[in-house]
Amino acid sequence: MHSIEARGLAKSYPAPGKSQSKSTGNGKARVTALDGLDLTVPSGTIFALLGPNGAGKTTTVNILTTLARPDGGTARVNGVDVLAQPARARKVIGVVAQRSGADPTATGRENLILQGHLYGLDTRTAKNRAAELLEHFRLTDAARRLVRTYSGGMQRRLDVALGLMHRPKVLFLDEPTTGLDPESRTAMWQEITRLAAEDRMTVLLTTHYLEEADRLANRLAIVDHGRVVAEGEPDQLKQELKGDVIQVELPANADERHVTDALNAVPAVRDVLVAGRNVSARSDDGAAAVPAVLAALAIAGTPAASVTVARPSLDEVYLRYTGRRYSQAGEEPPATRRPQLTEVSG
Amino acid sequence: MTMTIAYPERSAVTPAGTVLTHTWYLTGRKLHALIRQPWVLAFSVIQPAIWLFLFGALFHKIIDIPGFAYGGSYLAYLVPGVVAMNAMSGNMWAGMSMIEEIERGTLNRFLVAPASRLAIMNATVVEQAVSTTVQTLIIVVLGYAGGARYPGGATGIVMLTLAAILVGVVWGSLSNMTGMLLRSREAIIGVYTFFMLPLMFLSSAFIQPSFMPGWMQAIAARNPLNWEVQIGRSVLSANPDWPAVAARCGGLLALAALCVAISVTTFRSYAKNV
Repeated sequence: MHSIEARGLAKSYPAPGKSQSKSTGNGKARVTALDGLDLTVPSGTIFALLGPNGAGKTTTVNILTTLARPDGGTARVNGVDVLAQPARARKVIGVVAQRSGADPTATGRENLILQGHLYGLDTRTAKNRAAELLEHFRLTDAARRLVRTYSGGMQRRLDVALGLMHRPKVLFLDEPTTGLDPESRTAMWQEITRLAAEDRMTVLLTTHYLEEADRLANRLAIVDHGRVVAEGEPDQLKQELKGDVIQVELPANADERHVTDALNAVPAVRDVLVAGRNVSARSDDGAAAVPAVLAALAIAGTPAASVTVARPSLDEVYLRYTGRRYSQAGEEPPATRRPQLTEVSG
Repeated sequence: MTMTIAYPERSAVTPAGTVLTHTWYLTGRKLHALIRQPWVLAFSVIQPAIWLFLFGALFHKIIDIPGFAYGGSYLAYLVPGVVAMNAMSGNMWAGMSMIEEIERGTLNRFLVAPASRLAIMNATVVEQAVSTTVQTLIIVVLGYAGGARYPGGATGIVMLTLAAILVGVVWGSLSNMTGMLLRSREAIIGVYTFFMLPLMFLSSAFIQPSFMPGWMQAIAARNPLNWEVQIGRSVLSANPDWPAVAARCGGLLALAALCVAISVTTFRSYAKNV
């Protein structure tokens, strides 16, 4: 049984910059946010969509949560076709968007009760459920305070509580820990893990933190330029990259092609990638290959500044499937970011 | 090229009961916020009050011009004009809170929930009506304190308030629409301050139309804001001209319905594709 099934989702937006008016909406100067994205999320899993800003994560969530309509493709959530029956889909999903969404001029409790009413709970049920969630998210003491006075971590916990008021079958968490301090982030991770286990919810999480995907998700998909480029369990994805990673830092002004050629000639290593001063390569036995690598670089006239050997991380998985290091990808100009106020990352 | 896909359920109608209960809860949210910040309402009346008292004092002798056919003081003459002005300026801010709710993600939170779309808009209209009523009554009381008398009595004040609500709804809906379309606070301020003074001066808010040049009279006759001023002045007088009041109220009602419809359409297209 699959909680989310999306096939071939496509979506483009008028290009930002020139104007937000309709003048660019005539099929030209559009930016592709989703380029045939496929996604299958098994029920009861915590599934992470991992990718840099602008990769298409938020657009995917917007489509799956009935906010945006794709230009093409199909999507089912909990068996409901979200494009044909958005009203039915809304009843079974919970959404915690990137932007808070809580009303700052109301108290935490009032926010929750209103949310309950909108989902058709009667006042008594809504009040009980609100009290339960406030307790669960350690907000009971702040329940009658205006949300405006909440700290960032408290607001985020309230956001998650809002998304859970009606006990959704599928919960969407869009960048749940962005902007939180490390302590709040760890607490949020524990909370999410516990919730998913207790309520047997399916959770679709978007994140641009590798660590978050690694810690939380049972399965993950790497999204790049509007497509899923890799999918699987985090450990499985790492194991597919057999062997260790050798990372070498070169001196400044090293010739990339020269270095690549030199290392490709070393039999013990493969998947050589040079990005600026950083070189990575793969080897079945990293430690044993290091002398040969260093020797080859020395002969090529670019002796290594430093060298490390590591087990594969999600960063390596990312590098393997996108050809870029994760940290670099995040720094790319956000070309596919939408010019909308409602979106921070794609 | 974009492909067009038909979505049959998009047009599905929310049951009337749900629309009502959701309107109730969402309006409650807005009014709660209003009650928590009563100074916001009071603050917005300061500018109209200044007009009322300073303009009233500055030009109090206008009433003595031969041919100025008004029984009371100039301050009393100004009250319906200032009420109309406040109905406009007060509701100009509706679009601001719309932008804020979009930026905060509150609107999207309601849209991903099975909340009635119509109720979301109803709540803003009801809120506008309530705040316009409170502000209108404050101005009426201030005028009374300044010596203005209202021979039309309670009926007159109720009618004055209803007309103000209609103008407020017109202005609030247009402001909401501007907010949704342009998402810019500056644009809202620009558009509405640009229109406000001309509309005021092209009405009988400050002086009776017979003193105006012909072209101004012609515009004033078609200015909905002037209709409201004329309704207000008539209903507050000892002998209201009810047929004229009814005709102008009808005009305002039609205009308000049109503006709400435009605003709802804009909202629906926003909601369909965020």
